[in-house]
Amino acid sequence: MVALDLLLNALAAGILLGGFYAAVSLGIAVAFGLLDVVNIAHPVFVMLGAYVTYIMNVRFGLDPILTGLLFTPVFYVLGVVLYRVYYMSFERKGAESLRGLVFFFGILFIVEVSLLLAFGVDYRMVEASYIGKTFQIGPVGIAFRLLVPCVVGVALTGALYLFLSRTFYGRAIQAVAQDSFALRLMGANPFRVKGIAFGLAIATAALAGALLVMIGPVEPAMNREYIGRVFAVAVLGGMGSIGGTLVAALILGIAESLTSTFYGPSWSVAVSFGVLLLALAVRPSGLFGR
Amino acid sequence: MRRNGSRTRTWAAVSLLIGALLASGVWPGLAGAVDPIKIGFGMALTGGLAANGKAALIAMQLWEADMNKKGGLLGRPVQLVYYDDQTKGATVPGIYTKLLDVDKVHFVVSGYGTNLIAPAMPIVMERKLVFPALFGLANNEKANYPGYFQIMPAGPNPAVDWTATYLELAARQTPKPQTIAIVGADAEYPHNALAGARENIKRLGLKTVYDSTYPPNTVDFTPIVRAIKATNPDIVAVYSYPPDTAGIVLAAHEVGLQPKMFGGGMVGLQFAALLTKLGPKLNGIVNYDFWVPEPTLKFPGIEDFLKRYQAQAEKAGVDPLGHYLPPWAYAYLQVLGQAIEGTKSLDQQKVAEYIRANEHDTIVGKVKFGANGEWATSRVLQVQFQSIETTDIGQFLKPGKRVVVWPEQYKSGNLIYPYAKAMR
Amino acid sequence: MGGRAFAIVALMLVVAVLVVSSVLDNQYFYFAGYVVLQYVVLATAWNILGGYTGYVNFGTPAFFALGAYTAVVLIQSLTAPLPIQLVAGAIVSGLLGLALGYLTLRLRGVFFSIATLALAVVLQTMFVNWDYTGGARGITLARPATAPLFDSYVQFLFVVMLGLAVLAVATAWWIERSWIGRGLAAIRDNEEAAECMGVPTLRLKLVATTVSGALMGLAGAPFPYYVTFVEPTSVFDLNYAVNSLAMPMIGGSTTWIGPVIGAVLLGTAQQIATVTISSALNLLLVGLILVAFVILAPEGIVGLVQRLARRSRA
Repeated sequence: MVALDLLLNALAAGILLGGFYAAVSLGIAVAFGLLDVVNIAHPVFVMLGAYVTYIMNVRFGLDPILTGLLFTPVFYVLGVVLYRVYYMSFERKGAESLRGLVFFFGILFIVEVSLLLAFGVDYRMVEASYIGKTFQIGPVGIAFRLLVPCVVGVALTGALYLFLSRTFYGRAIQAVAQDSFALRLMGANPFRVKGIAFGLAIATAALAGALLVMIGPVEPAMNREYIGRVFAVAVLGGMGSIGGTLVAALILGIAESLTSTFYGPSWSVAVSFGVLLLALAVRPSGLFGR
Repeated sequence: MRRNGSRTRTWAAVSLLIGALLASGVWPGLAGAVDPIKIGFGMALTGGLAANGKAALIAMQLWEADMNKKGGLLGRPVQLVYYDDQTKGATVPGIYTKLLDVDKVHFVVSGYGTNLIAPAMPIVMERKLVFPALFGLANNEKANYPGYFQIMPAGPNPAVDWTATYLELAARQTPKPQTIAIVGADAEYPHNALAGARENIKRLGLKTVYDSTYPPNTVDFTPIVRAIKATNPDIVAVYSYPPDTAGIVLAAHEVGLQPKMFGGGMVGLQFAALLTKLGPKLNGIVNYDFWVPEPTLKFPGIEDFLKRYQAQAEKAGVDPLGHYLPPWAYAYLQVLGQAIEGTKSLDQQKVAEYIRANEHDTIVGKVKFGANGEWATSRVLQVQFQSIETTDIGQFLKPGKRVVVWPEQYKSGNLIYPYAKAMR
Repeated sequence: MGGRAFAIVALMLVVAVLVVSSVLDNQYFYFAGYVVLQYVVLATAWNILGGYTGYVNFGTPAFFALGAYTAVVLIQSLTAPLPIQLVAGAIVSGLLGLALGYLTLRLRGVFFSIATLALAVVLQTMFVNWDYTGGARGITLARPATAPLFDSYVQFLFVVMLGLAVLAVATAWWIERSWIGRGLAAIRDNEEAAECMGVPTLRLKLVATTVSGALMGLAGAPFPYYVTFVEPTSVFDLNYAVNSLAMPMIGGSTTWIGPVIGAVLLGTAQQIATVTISSALNLLLVGLILVAFVILAPEGIVGLVQRLARRSRA
């Protein structure tokens, strides 16, 4: 009886967590999946978003989701600038991926240590009226602090999907991933399109960070746990497939939740890497990949 | 052509290497002449324990200033020499070796925390130094080194005494509780505390229905708290560090955990940050503490010290209350200073013997050490949070919100039992 | 440079360091110098896989820590002497490198790098949960009371690390000049082309990961005696990952001397910074310098010096 209770709660938490993981992974699905830019610093930008949300919440009492939406344009600009630097230094020169990878690792490190200097290692949390409340459906307790991020995460995924499939620039982004020469023939500037795409990828980090700090306390080093998760989701889902990202995120969320409940929380981080390795070994193109 | 280039490279490298090695060795050695009495230590100024470490440093610098105002020790000025240990055990041997060999300090004291005291022990033992220590649980248990003195008032058998007070208090209530759930982080302090708790549980005849640890960087405590709730314990005893403490209290409220008594050895409920964060959610929790602003604990000098500390704390961005660690950081230096004055010497042996033989007057009351360097008698208080209605910090500067319910000697109010009645 | 010249230079350096160290005769110098030499080993090891082959390893802490914990296990169970700890540490970490390589080197480089991150996280979780080596609480070890040949054990460790540094650099020098090094360079420049030309890419990459891992384990093995208190947080410190990456990138990643220059400069600077400015600020500087070098001076200091030398000659 007790085990069934725990199982149902674990499943529920896993599904909710999955919706959130989708939001965090969207940036990698675009940057890595579509643009082939290995931005391992994406999770640290999510942390940045989380801390921005924290400051807004503590200083001005702003609701986290509101902050996330407000800062999306700021992060977009940040992304465009970052891509420009990356492109000028690496992609244009055709230099080996080694340097690009090291570059993003350096960025990761700089942002993480800056956050550390500014905020210390103490965990930070936000307050909102709905955090801390639960409602019960039978034996299952649904916490609002998990439900809200899930809903917003799924909404964000849907919005990005629509953008990519329905708008001109969205379709241009998908095109540049497939064939940038053909794109040029169609009158769009690949560099500009890629810049927009990367900007979008980082922009999602603002809202994802707001969701992250709603779920639980944050501290700067947490970004490293998420590197495995976002790449696992991106690969499992199929590079560049937004719908695949959502499905993969749900799978990962459930797997982690079950592991955490029945084998102990220490191993939940290992789950994501296990999933990644498995996906790469068995089906590298992912569930929905091209 | 190529050979020339590679030879240039080599010579550049060689000279660079030698130069760098010389620089790293000689430069620190240029640390000037010796006139003041130097006391050296590592302290957590960054990293996980930095919040407390920085607060402790302020207190220690207040002591340094107070000493120098009175003319120093043995007529010489006092100087603190310290480095940031970054809350990383690996930096400690290097720091203490530098303090002793390069900075040539006369005495060393410990940093803050069980994990930061441990790596210094081999060095002080090897060189036979007196070693006042700040807040480590059972660091001297295995080595039984006679130069070690722990200012934390855990008692002669630290782990057992630390956990005894909460459990004995629980066992004395009516109706008498039968079952207990214990949980702690997988880290040095909680590990020692849980071991001590198990001994006490056996002695008191309670039945353990849950006994588990969680990894140190857990953030989501809902599964754990749910599992505890499922065993329906009468008492819940938690041994945790500040981030987990907050997580567990919040999860307990979210899940609806209501044992008859809730609390134990939760580090963090003594700090302003958590007090204001949790506010009314604290009501009813019974937890350890060492000093609270209750009328039964007005030791000479403590109020004046706290006022001065609080004035500096604002600027430094550390705990504005300063009730937990700072008074003890001041006190462990007081003990050392009094011993140096008392023996009129800088001899490590003599100072150590003096510390052991005498009772010392400090701002945290009278301090007496036992054979293993721990306090001769335990003075762990059990404090219950009561009538907290807001998250305002001012309320914690005054008595009434953190009521001492144990021991009798310092009791300032009655325990509200069971927990649910005090929760509101 | 030729074999004889290298050996002479190496000998001169060792003698110079020993002379300097006995003149200063100060325990702190041994403590600080040990760390710098340790980074020479780690940077050189990283570079064999990173600079020579083009595969970025973010998981240096995993190999380093495994070497350290292997030593811990040997000390706890058999009180094994240091040489055995060294050999064991090298073997175990080398095997880890081999296993990791076997699992991931068939994939793209980026997945290898992510896998190295994963490795560090998983290994840390394992050791946090293993009570025998102290778990999350860590374990205190006593150093042997007397040291062979030298006055203090720390001085002995310093000299041992000096020897390991020479060994690591000699290994890198040898690999660089051999057919292995040429093959690795071919892989770094264009792996597909190398495959087509018949270079046994997988086997060479496995050699690189194994040697790299083994050297890192070698650097980790003396660590328990050096620090006397081993706990997962400090042993798996991200600093090792960043430094072992930054030092070759800053020094110059295509030759054996780049990592040495980077390690000595950056390592010494950090030791000085530890006792002067705040530690986190010093880390930030490392990150900024790394990014600056990667963007502006990708061949590192060695590359800059070469450019200057060429210009002055022209």
